[in-house]
Amino acid sequence: MSKKTLSGVNGVATNISGWLYLLPALLFLIAFMVYPLIDVFIYSFEEGYNSASQTSFGTGGYNYAYILRDPYFLKTVKNTFILVIITVPISTGLALLISLGLNSIRALKRLFQTIFFLPYVTNTLAVGLVFMILFRKTPYTDGLVNMIIGKFGISPVDFIDGPYWAKMLVLSVYVIWIVMPFKILILTSALASVPDVYYQSARIDGTSSWRVFWRITLPMISPMIVYLIITGFIGAFKAYSDAVAIFGVDLNAAGMNTIVGYVYDMLYGDGGGYPSYASAAAIVLFAIVLTITVINLIVSRKATDIT
Amino acid sequence: MKIKKTIIYFLLAVWALIVLFPFYWMVLSSIKSYASYAGEKIPKFFTTSPTLENYRSAFTAVPLARYFSNTLIFTLATTALMVIIIIFAAYAFARIDFKGRNLLFLGFLALMMIPNELVIITNFVTITDLGLRNSFTGLILPSVTSVFYIYLLKENFEQVPDELYYAAKVDGTSDLKYLFKVMVPICRPTIITVIILKVIECWNSYVWPRLITDDPAFYLVSNGIQELRENGLGRDNIPAMMAAVVAVSVPLIILFLIFRKKIMEGVSREGIKG
Repeated sequence: MSKKTLSGVNGVATNISGWLYLLPALLFLIAFMVYPLIDVFIYSFEEGYNSASQTSFGTGGYNYAYILRDPYFLKTVKNTFILVIITVPISTGLALLISLGLNSIRALKRLFQTIFFLPYVTNTLAVGLVFMILFRKTPYTDGLVNMIIGKFGISPVDFIDGPYWAKMLVLSVYVIWIVMPFKILILTSALASVPDVYYQSARIDGTSSWRVFWRITLPMISPMIVYLIITGFIGAFKAYSDAVAIFGVDLNAAGMNTIVGYVYDMLYGDGGGYPSYASAAAIVLFAIVLTITVINLIVSRKATDIT
Repeated sequence: MKIKKTIIYFLLAVWALIVLFPFYWMVLSSIKSYASYAGEKIPKFFTTSPTLENYRSAFTAVPLARYFSNTLIFTLATTALMVIIIIFAAYAFARIDFKGRNLLFLGFLALMMIPNELVIITNFVTITDLGLRNSFTGLILPSVTSVFYIYLLKENFEQVPDELYYAAKVDGTSDLKYLFKVMVPICRPTIITVIILKVIECWNSYVWPRLITDDPAFYLVSNGIQELRENGLGRDNIPAMMAAVVAVSVPLIILFLIFRKKIMEGVSREGIKG
């Protein structure tokens, strides 16, 4: 009897102390994650809500209808999709090649790994300026990239202020440059964790290295490749700072705005003050991301079933 | 075999060159004098008369030093607060057997999937309504918790053997004392990794500071660089701009070279969670 009371008292004390230790984290998460998550849906249905007047003209789907008709929004959707389609396959494939290379050497491996990781620890805005200068064409100079492609007989292009595809090319190059370190890191550690036994038995059987790659390496690391493709899609759909770094804050003028950029422009700045449009756009973005992720998962499950 | 190795080294070297070249170019441009830079119709790969003049103009023409100290304050305060908060939370999840723990932890894990872009809109409105725009409080508050780091630390705390806890209890050590005298020292490597990753994140943060500050007195380096590009120094003073870019990049590169192993391990942990 007395024992039970003791543990009862102890239990209450444990409960209280447990929640007390969690209290700071809980408060911040509720204030800055849970509540905003609910609120963003509420905002998205408050039609035409305006921060300045603090009024909306009703409740319903108008915000969604508005942004889906807004040519600026449609342009950002197009830009974002093109960026995703270009950068995800190229960066994943390139990272796989580089990791295979890294995995097959001994000397200088550390040095290469260190160098390849550098873009991860750089300031996106700062290094973006360097890319801008490398690609830019001004009345005074054609810039370094134009000088190099000029050697192959290609006439100079203004990559920063010129044709759409030239601008998209620079942005894609920069995005790939930025995302490579993470992918290389994940794939090299995945490759290193493939048990050596498999390779040894393949060597005894005299299997060709091409076959070893398709039959052993690829199936063993395919979960990590799937993971990188999914996170790659998510990351590329949320691209924004990379574009600002290269084209400046006014992405609409450059015709290079992304969906996330549209959200922020609606929220703040010259065209801002419309959290309800921003919310609708953010929700549309994440509906797209969710759909693509589900498709990715289904396709990857089918693909792994076959092998 | 020999040929294959050579090709592999060659291709790896090509990628290394692509990675390093922008760094080389920013340093090179930053030590060219404005006159010689502007006079180069065809860009030169070296300079015969290096100068540090651009660094002086970068720090005097715009309040670059101010942006640095702002970023330093922001980074230190955010990281310090976050580490304390996540240590307490991770301890509760790892050691205290309170009612509702498992359900709550599940809820925390679910939060890990919430993208920042979805919650930033309301956070912007909240901070604005609280009158905290252009203040360090407004900059810091939304980023002092991280579900992922709580998760990481909790896993690590759980590896500390239970016997230590019971021994401490017998000695009459309080939970709080046990946490800071035993758990934290044992798990120091993980805590250091978390600190470094958070410092990198803070140093590079751009979007939230941009939304929440429009007074240059509160700009962080990313916003400072952007401001510099849009308005400062004159659009064509590239060498001075590059000097600023070098100044912003160097602290992180040094941090990376010192903690290379920890950083790379920590980042690959982020990959494993998926």
